[in-house]
Amino acid sequence: MTLLALDDLHVWFDLGEGRELHAVQGVSLELEPGQRLGLVGESGCGKTTTVLGLLGLLPPSASVAGRVLLNSVDILAGGEESIRPHRWTDLAIVFQGAMNALNPVQTVEAQIVEALELHGRASGRAARVRVGELLEAVGIPRDRATRYPHEFSGGMRQRAAIAMALACNPSVLVADEPTTALDVMVQAQILELLDSLCRDFGLALLLVTHDLPVVAQLCDRAAVMYAGEIVEQGPVDALFHDPRHPYTRLLFAATPDLHGHDALASIPGSPPRLDRLVEGCPFAPRCDRAFDRCAVQRPLLRELDAGREAACHLNDVLAVTA
Amino acid sequence: MSLLEVQDLAVEYPLARGLVGSVGRRPRQSVHAVDGISFTLERGELLALVGESGCGKTTTAQTVLRLVEPVRGRISFEGGEITKLGQRQLRPLRRRMQIVYQDPYESLDPRLTVRAAVEEPLLIHHVGGSKSQREERVREALERVELTPPELFLQRYPHELSGGQRQRVAIAAAIVLEPDLLVADEPVSMLDVSVRAGVLTLLDRLRAGGLAVLMITHDLSTAARFADRIAVMYLGRIVEEGPAAEVVANPQHPYTKALLSVVPRRDPRERMRPQILQGEAPDAVRIPPGCRFHPRCPAAIPACRQIDPELRPEGAAHRAACILVS
Repeated sequence: MTLLALDDLHVWFDLGEGRELHAVQGVSLELEPGQRLGLVGESGCGKTTTVLGLLGLLPPSASVAGRVLLNSVDILAGGEESIRPHRWTDLAIVFQGAMNALNPVQTVEAQIVEALELHGRASGRAARVRVGELLEAVGIPRDRATRYPHEFSGGMRQRAAIAMALACNPSVLVADEPTTALDVMVQAQILELLDSLCRDFGLALLLVTHDLPVVAQLCDRAAVMYAGEIVEQGPVDALFHDPRHPYTRLLFAATPDLHGHDALASIPGSPPRLDRLVEGCPFAPRCDRAFDRCAVQRPLLRELDAGREAACHLNDVLAVTA
Repeated sequence: MSLLEVQDLAVEYPLARGLVGSVGRRPRQSVHAVDGISFTLERGELLALVGESGCGKTTTAQTVLRLVEPVRGRISFEGGEITKLGQRQLRPLRRRMQIVYQDPYESLDPRLTVRAAVEEPLLIHHVGGSKSQREERVREALERVELTPPELFLQRYPHELSGGQRQRVAIAAAIVLEPDLLVADEPVSMLDVSVRAGVLTLLDRLRAGGLAVLMITHDLSTAARFADRIAVMYLGRIVEEGPAAEVVANPQHPYTKALLSVVPRRDPRERMRPQILQGEAPDAVRIPPGCRFHPRCPAAIPACRQIDPELRPEGAAHRAACILVS
């Protein structure tokens, strides 16, 4: 059974003076237990807004439509009331800047104990024992529990943030650029940790990042976002070797590889503004394969093969000529 | 003669002792940010200094530009030593050595139009001739960074430009003085993936036109693709140096090997065998004795605790500072 599903999620931000920004334009995603899904795209494509919407963490200037199904129950339907019981307990999140997630004037142990007590998971001595287990699970020696966040290095803080996210045994970990501010060796340590957590605890991972190689190595599947919508999704191997949307192909072609010899190419232009209606395919102005239909008709995301979807008219053309 | 020659350069930052330390006359400690490094850079060459944060790569670049004072060592530019030159004597050299910073959102003055930002260096250095001659040079610089036609960009402000365009403006302001050396400090790390390649290709083209580029980066994939040579730094030292393709295909130093092994590959089928080093680099106050990498080195032998290895083989194009490398 699908563990978590986003069904046609929309997010609008009120810009005042009757203007609004349609940041997320009908995103649907599915996550199975233990699966790792990468949500990738350039800055401003709506990937972070999507996960904030899914967790009910958007500011009041945002309005949200659509459903977030956790074990087939819509947790978005009742607003904050219906999401709160699931946040941290079923759906946990790790953000980019671990320093912001941790309270600087409390020891790491005290913060995790507080989270455990708040959710009625454990208290007192039992809670402290549990903190020791959690820290060990993320590779922090137990005896460091009574340290303050500033006494930790960047990598250790991110581990502590992950330990806190795991406190209530969530089934889904949402990680938003969890390694972006870290050095490559520390990034490798955190990625290895996420990998083992998924394997050992059956945790499902929704990884939000702009870093395609990280997704290629860590995730089973990926969804590529552009201008507020998913333009392609499928297994990472298929996205790299047989992309069915030009944006996916061009993003990979713009990403340098350690042993790659192909010429790197930028994608010309920039994404469309989302505070006005986009006519036709939003990627058409930057696309190297756009044709007349792309300027006038917006392609819909549709299934191509099992588990593969793309929103590109070229797939229709190919289907006809094939 | 190399355009730039750096010999045994060292930079230290004294640490504040605090009140207790001063009263107790504790010995003054310092951060050995750069601890004896040597390298050369030729015209038309791109050298990438790579390493993790705190390894001293940015301090090295700032010292080469004489923005930070070294405690020892020698920097030569076109054969002349510049290490001891005073600010006044440096001035004519400044315009021949320019820098592009990581964050184009911070490095550009939001109140200046593109025209003013690119013209400013000409005014500061009193070059570029008359107003119309300066305008011509600004246009040329914009064309060289592919902001064309220049008319489209001259009157714009930074907030009207994309990240990639801003970094191109910063590069235009650096090359308008026709420098011989360009230091690029993480030039694309703040930019979106889709525009990085364009900025890097631009730097590559400027290099092909004879510019010497010293690129500071933590991104080995970028260094592998765009550098002629790579110097890998660890705790203030260069631990391996050589032609980029050689270093990437055939790394010699255990640190370089580990670093390369953890770079995520773009193709999911290229399964990685990451050799993950535990912990993080120690701080540059207490540098381990012997080989500074030995506490984290998977290949360390007892001798590594005593011997501080030098880059070998001497005079070779590809060298590593490890006693296990023959």
